[in-house]
Amino acid sequence: MPTQILMPALSPTMEEGKLAKWLIKEGDMVKSGMVIAEIETDKATMEVEAVDEGKVQRLLVPAGTEGVKVNTPIAIILGDGETASAAPAPQQAATAQQAAPQAKPAPAPASVPAQAAPPAAPVVVALQDQTIPAGTEMVSTTMREALRDAMAEEMRRDKDVFLMGEEVAQYQGAYKVSQGLLDEFGEKRVIDTPITEQGFAGIGVGAAMGGLRPIIEFMTWNFGMQAIDQIINSAAKTLYMSGGQMGCPIVFRGPNGAAARVGAQHSQDYSSWYAHVPGLKVIAPSNPADAKGLMKSAIRDANPVLCLENEILYGIAGPVPKMDDYLVPIGKAKIVREGRHVTMVAWSRGMQYALAAAEILAKDGIEAEVIDLRTLRPLDMETIFKSIRKTNRIVTIEEAWPVCSVGSEICARAAIDCFDHLDAPPAKVSGADVPMPYAANLEKLALPTVDQVVQAAKGVCYA
Amino acid sequence: MALAPSGNQVSTTSPVPAPAQIPELPKEKEIQAYREMLLIRRFEERAGQLYGMGFIGGFCHLYIGQEAVVTGLQMASKQGDQVITTYRDHGHMLACGMDSKGVMAELTGRRGGYSRGKGGSMHMFSKEKNFYGGHGIVGASVPLGAGLAFANKYRGNDNVCWCYFGDGAANQGQVYETMNMARLWHLPLIFVIENNRYAMGTSIERSAATTDFSQRGRSFDIPGEQVDGMDVRAVAAAGKRVSDWVRAGNGPYILEMLTYRYRGHSMSDPAKYRTREEVDKVREERDPIERVRARLLQRGWMSEDDLKRIDAQVREIVTAAAEFAQADAEPDPAELWTDIVL
Repeated sequence: MPTQILMPALSPTMEEGKLAKWLIKEGDMVKSGMVIAEIETDKATMEVEAVDEGKVQRLLVPAGTEGVKVNTPIAIILGDGETASAAPAPQQAATAQQAAPQAKPAPAPASVPAQAAPPAAPVVVALQDQTIPAGTEMVSTTMREALRDAMAEEMRRDKDVFLMGEEVAQYQGAYKVSQGLLDEFGEKRVIDTPITEQGFAGIGVGAAMGGLRPIIEFMTWNFGMQAIDQIINSAAKTLYMSGGQMGCPIVFRGPNGAAARVGAQHSQDYSSWYAHVPGLKVIAPSNPADAKGLMKSAIRDANPVLCLENEILYGIAGPVPKMDDYLVPIGKAKIVREGRHVTMVAWSRGMQYALAAAEILAKDGIEAEVIDLRTLRPLDMETIFKSIRKTNRIVTIEEAWPVCSVGSEICARAAIDCFDHLDAPPAKVSGADVPMPYAANLEKLALPTVDQVVQAAKGVCYA
Repeated sequence: MALAPSGNQVSTTSPVPAPAQIPELPKEKEIQAYREMLLIRRFEERAGQLYGMGFIGGFCHLYIGQEAVVTGLQMASKQGDQVITTYRDHGHMLACGMDSKGVMAELTGRRGGYSRGKGGSMHMFSKEKNFYGGHGIVGASVPLGAGLAFANKYRGNDNVCWCYFGDGAANQGQVYETMNMARLWHLPLIFVIENNRYAMGTSIERSAATTDFSQRGRSFDIPGEQVDGMDVRAVAAAGKRVSDWVRAGNGPYILEMLTYRYRGHSMSDPAKYRTREEVDKVREERDPIERVRARLLQRGWMSEDDLKRIDAQVREIVTAAAEFAQADAEPDPAELWTDIVL
């Protein structure tokens, strides 16, 4: 069948152009790939190559014509053995090989209404913490031991789980979180890497796509910034980009936020950076029991999960239930202290400020309800809203910078979704909006204090 | 302009030297190569046309001119091997055996596309065909390929990962992080550098301090060689020889494929960085499909009529793919919220 050559779009935004020059004439033979015309757009002059082969029967638009709309027929080509009489008149547009769509230049598939209302986001199912049976022995464990125990248990359970990172094997971990793992699991499954975060994060993601379950340790999340492209572009987005085919079951973990006197480049809190990204889950435990239960859940999760640990908390001990399989659900906040006057929301090291402040407030007759967020993505807003409906006040506590922080998001959501229940504007306690200074006095000034939390709580209580 | 390997085809460091003569392909392999390369070319030409008609949006990077690279290497691969590449990826998908309808429908953003319309030209995957994308960040797919190779070694199978990237990506830092670890851990990984001479609009002479990419692994003791990527026989032979060596547990290898893309970097490329004459000269003298075609005729393995029959079959496949890709529905609006987390 004779083929119409259409005015092509030569960029994502082109709607019309000038047919500057024909490089063929009627009667010429064209081959695919041959340059047949030059077209001027607002950006450039582009060459048009033939796709179809045959003899040029007619040039429908003369050279020099301005404003030729995309998809206008500009020439007719006769294929092998076709005769001119078989060719349609140019005004009978819809007879070329893409007959139907040519009739309507803008493709609009029939089955989906053009004005379809945007679908609502799916509703999240409420999660429950695992019940700890009465009489369960509680073992005093440090945070670093709890994280190590979680990894060890999951590595025993699933031979596809392995740990990779800088100094995780022979050195036993820069912060000793992987202590003993090399001895138990050997160098095949506990792997020291060179100092190349982007490279080994990508290797982890590739291994996860290949069906393994990697745990990638960043010595600190400050160095994980080298690998942020692999975390976001490769790990978080691939499931969506593949239409659900290619999951990425991987854990990235390491200490996050300020340690002590290590300066600006080693003291950054990445909570809001990663909580921002669809396709990731982000956990930030504050105590050993949650750290163990969340880490085990993270390793079993089918998605990329980031664990934001905290160096200051590694040595803190707490009771961990002695159970075969202690799991904490990802996405579930926990009310760790009940109260009726003000809701305080914190996570990770922020919980230390919150709980200390709650003690002081109690002495002044203010009963604070303290929520440990535990997971930063997905955010368990329902638990927070429920508490606000009881206390009518909220204070968020974090060490991170204040601009676009997780605290900002919670305060905004409280104001947007719970406005009628608030008796005071939400209050936010954050780190100072400065790079972390080294000097001891300045570093203290850059971090929140228990007193700031107490004052913020009193403020929203008008006390 | 050197499209044929310069100097010694095989570097002095190669443990698997190439034979002096390029081995011939048997008749059925030549015919297979002709058919597969032609399918890629016709598919890409049609994709370009659909782009011009407004059916394909955004970016669309065509593989025209480079067909022999993936076609020849797929002849050397075995069941279970993985393939991963960057964003000039349609040819790789077809060569991996992915359905042309599903690929074209992804280009048009329809529900029958490989990623149900959510990936687009640069992001398609097929677990079934061991094709791992389709990645849009230049260089970032290279560590992912090493991760797939790591999984092979971890599991103790003899699969290799064919990790394709371009001369542009070859200048990215993470490629060298990956080479270091791949050699350190003896990963079954083949770095396939498709050197088409231009990273978007910047020639290798303007972007690379050393333009022999096959030697980029020297600091890590990774052997490499340059191959005439416009000759499917040379590609297939090198692929077989090298993959046997990698499969045997000897660690990674670099295959630099000297090739050329005829079309622009993407659809909106006015191609002012090279002359029309340069493109025409490659097309006339080194076209990978014409070279196979000439051999088939010369040896009397196929007649003009036989070749026309193959052309017609290929055109039919591509036409069916294009028709499907235009007629298929867009994704259901509810798809907006699926496949974010499992």
